Amino acid sequence: MPDAFDVLTTCVYCGCGCGLYLHVKDGLVCGSQPSRHHPVSRDNLCVKGWHIHESINHPDRLTTPLIRKNGALTPTTWEEALDFTAQQLGRIRDLHTGRAIGVLASAKCTNEENYLLQKFARTALATNNVDHCARL
Amino acid sequence: MAGLATTFGSGAMTNSINEIENAEVILVSGSNTTEAHPQVARRMLEAVDRGARLIVIDPRRTRLAECSHLHLALRPGTDIPLLNAMMRVLLDEGLADDLFIEMRTENFLALRDMLNRLDLAETAELTGVPLPLIRQAAQLYGRARKAVICYCLGVTQHVCGTENVQTIANLAMLAGHIEKEDTGVDPLRGQNNVQGACDMGALPNMLPSYQDVHNEDFREKFERGWGVKLPEAPGLTLVEMTHGGAQGSIRGMFIMGENPMLSDPTLSKVEETLRGLDFLAVSDIFLTETARLAQVVFPAACFAEKSGSFTNSERRVQMVRQAVPPPGECRADSEIIMELSRRLGYAMEYDSSGEVMEEIALLSPIYGGMHHDRLEQNWGLQWPCWDRNHPGTPFLHKYYFTRGRGHFMPANHTPPGELPGPEYPLLLMTGRIYHHYHTGTMTRKSERLTRECNQAVLQINPLDAKAQGLRQGETVRLVSRRGEITLAAGITDQVEPGMVYTTFHFAEAPINLLTNDAFDTGSRCPEYKVCAVRVEKIMDS
Repeated sequence: MPDAFDVLTTCVYCGCGCGLYLHVKDGLVCGSQPSRHHPVSRDNLCVKGWHIHESINHPDRLTTPLIRKNGALTPTTWEEALDFTAQQLGRIRDLHTGRAIGVLASAKCTNEENYLLQKFARTALATNNVDHCARL
Repeated sequence: MAGLATTFGSGAMTNSINEIENAEVILVSGSNTTEAHPQVARRMLEAVDRGARLIVIDPRRTRLAECSHLHLALRPGTDIPLLNAMMRVLLDEGLADDLFIEMRTENFLALRDMLNRLDLAETAELTGVPLPLIRQAAQLYGRARKAVICYCLGVTQHVCGTENVQTIANLAMLAGHIEKEDTGVDPLRGQNNVQGACDMGALPNMLPSYQDVHNEDFREKFERGWGVKLPEAPGLTLVEMTHGGAQGSIRGMFIMGENPMLSDPTLSKVEETLRGLDFLAVSDIFLTETARLAQVVFPAACFAEKSGSFTNSERRVQMVRQAVPPPGECRADSEIIMELSRRLGYAMEYDSSGEVMEEIALLSPIYGGMHHDRLEQNWGLQWPCWDRNHPGTPFLHKYYFTRGRGHFMPANHTPPGELPGPEYPLLLMTGRIYHHYHTGTMTRKSERLTRECNQAVLQINPLDAKAQGLRQGETVRLVSRRGEITLAAGITDQVEPGMVYTTFHFAEAPINLLTNDAFDTGSRCPEYKVCAVRVEKIMDS
């Protein structure tokens, strides 16, 4: 793979859905550029789209799972985080039924992830308590 | 989107974004389009350059209102009387499309009777817009051959949000401005994939593709597909979940990529509810205000680190492609969900997002022809797309409405849940600005965007500012019945006397501590556009 290339993708900042290229150099996204022929962006981006790469490489990104120990969030392994979460959600489901569990999906995540999350809520957690911030 | 679903049958933009630039008349209501949907605003302004007429309905003199031919600066919360008055003018002046009404709609008599009982002068008085201006707007809209209405959260975030939308739909049907290219009703969706999250059934009462949970046939279809019995009762909505209180019925939550600790109304209640849970897990890319309250936080991959699809406002399903590997130990949300589901006894195994999409296409009729290999070509596909050979649908309701006939839903004025009074004399509206996105989780991490704008500003009219002796940029205290925050005063005549306006992007001035949790009973949308506040000058300490 060359050390600099462009990837065509879809902007995440509003419902317009501009087509843009992410410039990748040395494994990092370092810039963006509008797609010239995309029906929405038509060679144009707003200020948020032009600076979309700045939040991707930000040093504050979470990079390890965290678990609350003695009141503080502390780094942990994926195994422990996943096991503990599944155990807690399972306990609540078995004790109070799925109606005691709430799941929030996201208008920033992909269709496929939203589909999986509502399927997870309705099957594994046995609840229709699934929503996202469509109205906010 | 309950409003358009009951009148037309589909709660989505009826047009494509590019059609807007071919319209002869564009009516924009409750949308700060230049800031929140820059590409849509670009089409509107291009249409104006070509000679289109632009009508803006907004209490504030927004940038778009400054470019408009007619600005109807209504009193917040009086959308229904304003639109009813416009419809009455259409009826009186013979501008209603009788053939369209006869052939394509139902329940017209109920609307006509309601409109005929209306006292035009009184209704105009209620809205604060002079009657001649309303008449002019109605004539422009009614006489156009191609006219679009664009609306946004300024219409829906009211206690009567559903009725507001239905009234917009009434107006479009009365004038026959639907079913054609470059003509229709276009709700602009706020976030990049709100449309997709709704389409995918991330809703308490809907399975994917708007198949009602109530309906036994739909449930049975999914039970066969998924191999388990599904819960019958519709679930709780977001705000019902986050406002249940410390002893509420919800005991555990899993939150993926949302930040209700900034985005939901009356934040003190949200905090009490989330702190009172037995268990909270959050998956996000940054440690958000919500993640700080969790027992477990999962580091998620961002959009550049995974593949899948988004659905934009014009129903266009488009590919999101992975550009780089996730940093550190981050994983895509889909992996996290599959791992949890397997541990909870319901194994979901998919090798790729494309495989998930195959299942979506199988179970969701409007996505029936959406396959990743097709989305990869061209620029995605617009739903409804029924099968592999279907080319997608640029505009809706051609020949017939999704629900069959368009249904007129007459509505009357409902006053806002809270209005200014002696103690809280100002009316607060909230919204968005150009440089930031939603709760700022991502945009406030961007050096250049924060350089452009990094603080919450309270827009206040010069008259109100003078009465309090405020200077430009001075820090003031903003107080409502529910809480108080401090922020900078921005003195501008974009807002009328008696109104103030600010945004919800900033964690240090969380405006939703103040907002009212009065809801629209139809869509459970909080009333973000109206609540009563007062501004206090901060004395030197």
